[in-house]
Amino acid sequence: MKKKISTIPFAGTAEQEVCLQKIIAESKDDPSMIIHVMQQAQLIYGYLPFEVQVMIADGMDIPLEKIYGISTFYTQFALSPKGKYSVSVCLGTACYVKGAQDILDKVTEKLGIGPDECTADGRFSIDACRCIGACGLAPVMMINDDVYGKLTVDQIDGILDKYLD
Amino acid sequence: MYRSHVLVCGGTGCTSSNSEEIITTLEEQLVEKGLADEIKVIRTGCFGLCAIGPIMIVYPEGSFYSEVKVDDIPEIVEEHLLKGRIVKRLLYDETVETDTIKSLNETAFYKKQKRVALRNCGVINPESIEEYIALDGYQALAKCLTGLKPAEVIQIVKDSGLRGRGGGGFPTGLKWEFTAKTEADQKYVVCNADEGDPGAFMDRSVLEGDPHCIVESMTICGYAVGATEGYVYVRAEYPIAVNRLEVAIKQAKEQGLLGKNIFGSGFDFDLHIRLGAGAFVCGEETALMTSIEGNRGEPRPRPPYPAVKGLFGKPTTENNVETFANIPQIILHGAESFAAMGTEKSKGTKVFALGGNIKNTGLVEIPMGTTLREIVEEIGGGIPNGHKFKAAQTGGPSGGCIPNHLIDTPIDYDNLTAIGCMMGSGGLIVMDDTNCMVDIARFFLDFTVDESCGKCAPCRIGTKRMLEMLDKITHGTAELEDLEKLEELALYVKENSLCGLGQTAPNPVLSTMKFFKDEYIAHVVDKKCPAGVCKALLNYYIDPKKCIGCTLCARACPVDAIAGVPKGLHVIDTKKCIKCGACMDACKKVKAVSKV
Repeated sequence: MKKKISTIPFAGTAEQEVCLQKIIAESKDDPSMIIHVMQQAQLIYGYLPFEVQVMIADGMDIPLEKIYGISTFYTQFALSPKGKYSVSVCLGTACYVKGAQDILDKVTEKLGIGPDECTADGRFSIDACRCIGACGLAPVMMINDDVYGKLTVDQIDGILDKYLD
Repeated sequence: MYRSHVLVCGGTGCTSSNSEEIITTLEEQLVEKGLADEIKVIRTGCFGLCAIGPIMIVYPEGSFYSEVKVDDIPEIVEEHLLKGRIVKRLLYDETVETDTIKSLNETAFYKKQKRVALRNCGVINPESIEEYIALDGYQALAKCLTGLKPAEVIQIVKDSGLRGRGGGGFPTGLKWEFTAKTEADQKYVVCNADEGDPGAFMDRSVLEGDPHCIVESMTICGYAVGATEGYVYVRAEYPIAVNRLEVAIKQAKEQGLLGKNIFGSGFDFDLHIRLGAGAFVCGEETALMTSIEGNRGEPRPRPPYPAVKGLFGKPTTENNVETFANIPQIILHGAESFAAMGTEKSKGTKVFALGGNIKNTGLVEIPMGTTLREIVEEIGGGIPNGHKFKAAQTGGPSGGCIPNHLIDTPIDYDNLTAIGCMMGSGGLIVMDDTNCMVDIARFFLDFTVDESCGKCAPCRIGTKRMLEMLDKITHGTAELEDLEKLEELALYVKENSLCGLGQTAPNPVLSTMKFFKDEYIAHVVDKKCPAGVCKALLNYYIDPKKCIGCTLCARACPVDAIAGVPKGLHVIDTKKCIKCGACMDACKKVKAVSKV
């Protein structure tokens, strides 16, 4: 899978680095924990910028190319920051046969960005995800932790408007 | 003692439709009314009927409330829990008869089901080890450790006829025996909970509803094969399941049912959880082990098989969640009682995640040999909105479809393989006449291209070329000879790929080409999509007899492709039209716009 790599300058704080170094210290003796460390790093920073990957590589004493290889292999790792509101439209099979593509088209049309992109104001980003396991509610969309099920295209405007603050 | 128990579903489906808030509100109101000592609220795992969630059952009456909202709670508390009057309007309508209430097990959805792997889901509080123990939990483990030799445990599993529920259907007992026979200083047990098939959620429901049964079962497996450590590899997308598993492991350790010297038998077993990071290929057993070791999850060639050289290079037994979920029952009740269910070569039950265009979406567990018709028409309640059944897809991106004329096929491993389909892990998606089979094949291929790890060329390049051909077909630019090329390439990829992902990726294409050739021909020759799904092949059309000249469609059109004056006939310029469907939405009342 191709991943979009962010050009936004890195803006990590000292507190974030302390958190990350603590996690690295706990796991550095076990190289099989690398994916766990990267998952935690993404929780701290919201994504895995190049600078964070370097910190992990140095801390765990694992080549950077391996970290980069893992980060591009797994869907969960993001190389670009997410918006304040991350919109995930489920494109699992159950949702797809119930019209999830139309829902995704409507969301991209409304926000003016495609999947894996973030709006210029940093408010919204879109993900086309594979099955969040709520197939009984298909088609489903998540905005951060809020789940919207049994969607129809004409509900999209109203739902997104709720997040305009 | 409590006089009433209120069970509220805390599975992902119901949690997504707000069951957490229902539980908090209910608990608050019980305290307010002074009922907290009389009525107990229990958060359970999945009941299976996700379509009508959030679900609540009140015992001892067994009242099954569906689609409960937070606003309904005061009425339930006041009427039912305080005054003993069942709130009829909230009952699941299938349970209501003219003057009596049917038991849940008599409803069409549950009647034909047989719950073995899901026996505790929706019954116990998954975060309470006491409730699990009260329902015979950890008894199977006790029986093994205190009364059976490892070889005897393996013999029971072999005799039961249990086959791997992850899709392949390899005999579980045999797999255990291979690992047991390999000599090594360290062996491992791995539970595959990386449920990657989009549209399948059986394993998640077991982990959420009955996590202790996986802990118990993996320990039994460890004893049988001689392993002292186990790993559960579970999707990070399943936070509730991960959390309940962590709780279960902690409780089991506190009770001495996991860790050192279990049941005083001298047997040690420890469990670790590893979170997947979203890669479909990691459902393949060697790829999963590579991922646990901290690498890109690429598969390894077999042999050597994991039973000889698996996780960290040591002999390893890997089974999927549902396979493990059957083990305690087999040990407790004997191989014969398990083998009595199902067909000749497929014993026991199978859990399916029923989804797509069907009324009762949710989780069902049926004895092997049940026909698809029984699942779709009886358990599933049929196709909604007056549409017609077209096909059911099993096995997700690795499987195939079962068309209408084979709807009476008894479902088991061998029957499905014989019709070019496969059991898969249990996703069962129902499709009706609004679904285009070429588009479905393209959808799955798009998924496998995305998820191909890239290690071997047949899968990496082959699936991509196949997707390009399918794109041509759905865009109406393909020729008849492209269909031949597509089939040839599909067979080549199937034969030559390294792992299960590539070997099965062409299945959705081959199976739809076999049963729905006419739809492919319609796309290629007539340049039409019979189901009206493929955008490039359809046109919007305004029926001159129906159009009342209200101008709504013209105003809704984002590209000004509709010409017409008020009160006059409107016409769509198909060259300008971008096929967004806005005109059809705008014309809902008059219904003059249609897809052709």
